[in-house]
Amino acid sequence: MGTVLAQLEPVVTPAVDWAGLLPVLLPAAGALVLLMVRSLVPSRLLPAGLDALWTFAVVAAGFVAVVVLWQRDGEVTAFGDQLVMDGVALFTAAVVFGSVALAAPTLPRYCERVGIDSAELCVLTLLAAAGAVVMAGAADLIVLFLGLETMSIAAYVMAALNLRRLESLEAGLKYFVLGAFSTAFLLYGIALVYGATGTTSLDGIAGYLDTFLVLRDGMLLAGVAMLLVGLGFKVAAVPFHAWAPDVYVGAPTPVTALMASAVKAAGFAALIRVFVDALGVRADDWQPVVFALACATLAVGSVLAAVQSDAKRILAYSSISHAGFILVGVQAASDTGVAAVLFYLAAYAVIAVGSLTVVAVLSGRADDRTGLAVLAGLGSRRPALALGLTILLLAQAGVPFTSGFVAKFSVISAAVEARSYWLAIVAMVSAVVAAFAYLRVVVAMYFGDAGTDDADADDASPAMGLGAASVIVASVLFTLAAGIVPGLLESLSSSAAGL
Amino acid sequence: MTAAASASFPAVLTVLVLVPAAGALVLLAMPRARSDLLKPVALLASVLPAALAVWLLTEFDAGAKGLFQFSDQYTWIEGLGVSWHVGVDGLSLFLVVMTALMFPLAIVGVDPEHSPKPYYAWLLILETGCLGTFVALDLIMFFVFFEIVLVPMYFLIGGWGHGRRAYAATKFFLFTMFGSAIMLVAIVALAFLHASASGGGVSFDLVGIAENQVLATNTARWLFCAFALAFAVKVPLFPVHTWLPDAHTNAPTAGSVILAAVMLKLGTYGLVRFGLYLFPEASVYFAPLMVTLGVIGIIYGAIAAAMQRDLKRLVAYSSVAHLGFIVIGTFALNTEGLTGGVLQMVNHGVSTGALFLLVGMIYERRHTREISDLGGLQKPAPVMAAVFTVVMLSSVGLPGLNGFVGELLVLLGAFNAHRWWAVVAAAGVILAAVYLLWAYQRVFHGPASGANAEMPDMRWREGLVMVPFLAAIVFMGVYPKPVIDRVEPAVDAIIAHVEDNVAGFAEPAADVHPPVSLDDLGRSAGYNDQGTDHGTEGRSGREDGGAGHDGDGG
Repeated sequence: MGTVLAQLEPVVTPAVDWAGLLPVLLPAAGALVLLMVRSLVPSRLLPAGLDALWTFAVVAAGFVAVVVLWQRDGEVTAFGDQLVMDGVALFTAAVVFGSVALAAPTLPRYCERVGIDSAELCVLTLLAAAGAVVMAGAADLIVLFLGLETMSIAAYVMAALNLRRLESLEAGLKYFVLGAFSTAFLLYGIALVYGATGTTSLDGIAGYLDTFLVLRDGMLLAGVAMLLVGLGFKVAAVPFHAWAPDVYVGAPTPVTALMASAVKAAGFAALIRVFVDALGVRADDWQPVVFALACATLAVGSVLAAVQSDAKRILAYSSISHAGFILVGVQAASDTGVAAVLFYLAAYAVIAVGSLTVVAVLSGRADDRTGLAVLAGLGSRRPALALGLTILLLAQAGVPFTSGFVAKFSVISAAVEARSYWLAIVAMVSAVVAAFAYLRVVVAMYFGDAGTDDADADDASPAMGLGAASVIVASVLFTLAAGIVPGLLESLSSSAAGL
Repeated sequence: MTAAASASFPAVLTVLVLVPAAGALVLLAMPRARSDLLKPVALLASVLPAALAVWLLTEFDAGAKGLFQFSDQYTWIEGLGVSWHVGVDGLSLFLVVMTALMFPLAIVGVDPEHSPKPYYAWLLILETGCLGTFVALDLIMFFVFFEIVLVPMYFLIGGWGHGRRAYAATKFFLFTMFGSAIMLVAIVALAFLHASASGGGVSFDLVGIAENQVLATNTARWLFCAFALAFAVKVPLFPVHTWLPDAHTNAPTAGSVILAAVMLKLGTYGLVRFGLYLFPEASVYFAPLMVTLGVIGIIYGAIAAAMQRDLKRLVAYSSVAHLGFIVIGTFALNTEGLTGGVLQMVNHGVSTGALFLLVGMIYERRHTREISDLGGLQKPAPVMAAVFTVVMLSSVGLPGLNGFVGELLVLLGAFNAHRWWAVVAAAGVILAAVYLLWAYQRVFHGPASGANAEMPDMRWREGLVMVPFLAAIVFMGVYPKPVIDRVEPAVDAIIAHVEDNVAGFAEPAADVHPPVSLDDLGRSAGYNDQGTDHGTEGRSGREDGGAGHDGDGG
C-alpha cells in the first residue's frame, strides 16, 4: 500500500499567499461569522448596532490589510495567477472598503426606522464587498465572472430588502432579471474571446494578441462587444442603463449609496482590467465604441437628471452621468486614463455615499420621502445638513476646491492627451447640464418656500444620529481636502495605475 | 521669469488672496450669540487685503523690467503639473487694488436684509476668488479661481436678491459655467500640445507657455476661440450677455456692485492676459471680429439702456455698453487702445460700482426701482443728487473725470486700428449721455410728490462710503499719470509680445502719429527699451528688439 502511494506523483497545489488574499478573505469571513452569530445567538443577547459595528470593523481591517499590501514590493498573486493584488486591485479594494465603512454607521438608525433586518443587510454588504474585491483583482475572465456574480447576487437581494415598500421589491426584481440577462452576455463574451485567443487569462489574452495578428477576428470582436455589454450594464452606461434609475430609487437608500460607490468601482476596475489591460492591443477597435457609449451616457445622464423632481432620482441619473465621465478616462486607454479613472472612483464614491446619506436621513419611515419638496427650506431648518449636501452637490458639479473638480480635470486631461477633444468637450458641456440638476436641489433647499407637507413631526425633522452625522462630516471633509490638496490621492492613483 | 519680488514681505500676494477666505472661516465659527461682531470681523478681513493692496501700489516698481512683480510660486498638484503661481504687473495691479478696496466699501455701505453670517462669509469667499483670478499666473489656478467666484455670487443673488432671484442666480451660474467648461478643455489641450511641441513636461505655467509660442497657427486659433468664449460670457459680449441684466437687477446691492465693478473685469482681464498674451497671432486674426462685437455691444447696450423702465436694469445695460469700449480698446492692439482699455476696467468699476450703490440707496428708501415711480428726488435729497451727478458724468465720460481719459485713449487706439468702427463707437459716448442724463432727469428733476418728497437724504455712513469713489473719479480724471505710468510698461510688453510673435504685424500707431499722444496725458519717458527678452524661439522668428513698436522716443 505504502509503496503504491509512494509511486504516485505528489499533487502540486499552487502556493497561496494567504496574507495577500486578506482583502478578499476578511469581508467573506466577516460575513460568515456575522451570519453564524446572528443565527445562533438570540437577538436580545446582542447589543443594538452590533451588525453595523462589525461590518465597520471588518472593512476597517480590510482597509488596513490593503495599506499593508500596498507597502509591499511587487504584486501578490494567488491560485496560480488567477487573482492578482496589484495597484488597480488594491486601490479599488480601498475604495470599496471605504464606501462600506462610510455607509455602515448610518445603518443602525436607518434599519430601525425603516424596519429592515440590519443583520441581513450587513451580511450581504460584506459578501458584495468580497465579490467586488475579487472582481477588481481578477486576472482571469472566469474569476472575474465569479466575483461579479458574488457581488451582483448580493446586490439584487439588497435592493429588495425593504419588504414593506413595493418599489424596493420591484427594484430587486428588475435588477435581477436585467442583471441575469447582462451576465449572460458577459459569459458569452468570455466564451467567444476564449474561442478566439485560446485562453481566459487576461495576461494570456494580452500576450496572444500582442504576438499574433488575428486576421479573421469576427469572433474576437463579437466577444469584445459582448464583454462591453455585460460590463457596461454593471456600470450603468447608456444604453444599458435602463435599470439604474428605478433600482436606485427603489432600493433602500444606504444600498443605493453602495451601488453608486462600491459596485460602480468594481465594475470600472473590471472594465480597466479587461479592456485597457487585456485588450489594450486592440484599443483601436473598442475605443470608438467606448467613445460613443461615453457620449451617450454623459448626455442622457445629465439631461435626464436635470428634469427630475425627486432628489434620489436626480442622484441616480447623475450617477449615470458620472459613469460617462469615468468612461472618458477608460476611453483614453492609457495609464493616465487609468489613474484618472481611479481618482474619479475614489472621489465619487465618497461624494455619492455622503449625499445619499443626507437623503437617507430625510427619507422618513417608509424611505420614500425623497422628493424635492422634502428638501424645501432645509437651508433654514437644518443649516448644517443643507451646507453639507450643498458642498457634496457642488463637488458633483465639478466646482473647484472639491475633489469633484480634480476628478473631472484629470479625466479631461487623459482624454485630451489621447486627442479625444470632442469627448472632453461633450463631457464638460454635460457637466454644465448636470449642474442645473444640482442647482435645482440647492434652490429647493435655500431659495424655495419652506414646504408645508403633511408629514408627521418625526418625519419632518428627523433626528440624524451620530452615525449619519459623522458620515456626512467625514465625506464633506474628504471632498474638500481632496480638492484643496489633491496631491496625496493623485499620487496614490497614479502609482496604482503604474505611472 | 520670477521678477524681482519685494523682499520685505514674502508671499504678499498669497496672503492677500487667502486672508478673506480665512475671514470667512472665522465668521462661520463664530458663536450665534455674538452676531454683533459679524460685521466688524468681515470688515477686518476685507480691510487687511485692502491695506496690503495699497502697500503693493506704493512698492510697485513702475520702471522695472520684466513682467511680473511680487511673484511667488509653490507646487500644488505635482503629478498634474499645476502650481500656485502668483504675481502682478501693470495690468492686474490696479484691478487688484480696486477689488481689494471695493469689498470693504460694499461691506460698510450695505447691510444684508437677513442672515448676515452666511452673507458676509460668501462675500469674503467671493473676494478671495476675485483676487485669486487677478494674480494667478498658472492656467489651472486661474481657472479654479475664475470658476469658484460663481458659487458665492450664486448664493448672494439667490439668497439675498430680489424678484426672480433663483432664476437669475441659476442663469448666471449656468451661462458662465458653460463658457468656462470649454475653456477647461482648451487649457488642458494647450498645456499638452505645448508640451509635445516644445518637448518639455506638461506645465500650466502662463509665462512659460506664452513666451514660447510653438503651436500651429490653426490650433492656436481654435484654442483662442475656446478661451474667448469663456471671457465673452463673463464680460459679457453681445450675444452672450443675456444673463447680465437679470443677475444685476435681481442681485442685492452689494452683489451688483461687486458684479459690475469686479466680476465683469475677470472677463476683460482674461481677454488681455489669456487672449493677447497667450495667443498673439490668433488675437490679431480675430481682432476684427472682437472689435465688431464690442461695437455692437456699445450701441446695443446703449439703446437697450435707454429703453429700460427699471433704474437698476438701465445701469446694468450701461455696463454692456461700457464693456464694449474695453473690448475694442483691447483689440485695437496698440498702446493707446490697450492702455485705455485697462484704465476703463478700473474706471468702469469705480463709476458703475458707485452707481449701483446709489441705486441701492434709492431702492432701500423707496422700495421701487421703477423710474416712473421716482421723480424730483433732488429736492428732498440734494446731497445724493449731487453725488449721483458726479458719478453719472464720470460714467458718461465728461472731461476732467475718470471716464474721459479711458474712453479717449480707447477711441484713439481704435481710430488708428479700425477707423470707422471708432467713429461708430464714438456715437456710443453720445448715447451714454442720452440715457444717463435722461434717467437722471426723470429721477431727480421735476416736482417731487408723495413718498418721493419725503425721501431722506444720504446718511453720514453712506456719504463716507461715497467719498473714496468720488476721490478716485476726480483724481483719475485730473491726474492719471501715476496710473498710466504703471500700466504702460505692461501694455508695451504685451504689444511688443504680439509684434514679436506675429509676422507682418506692426502697431498701427508706428506709422500714423496720433494727433494726441500719450505724452500729453503724462507718460514717463524712458520706457522704450521695455521690449521683452524673448522672441528668438518664436514661431515667427522675428527678433527685432523694438523697431516695430511705438515710433516716438519719448
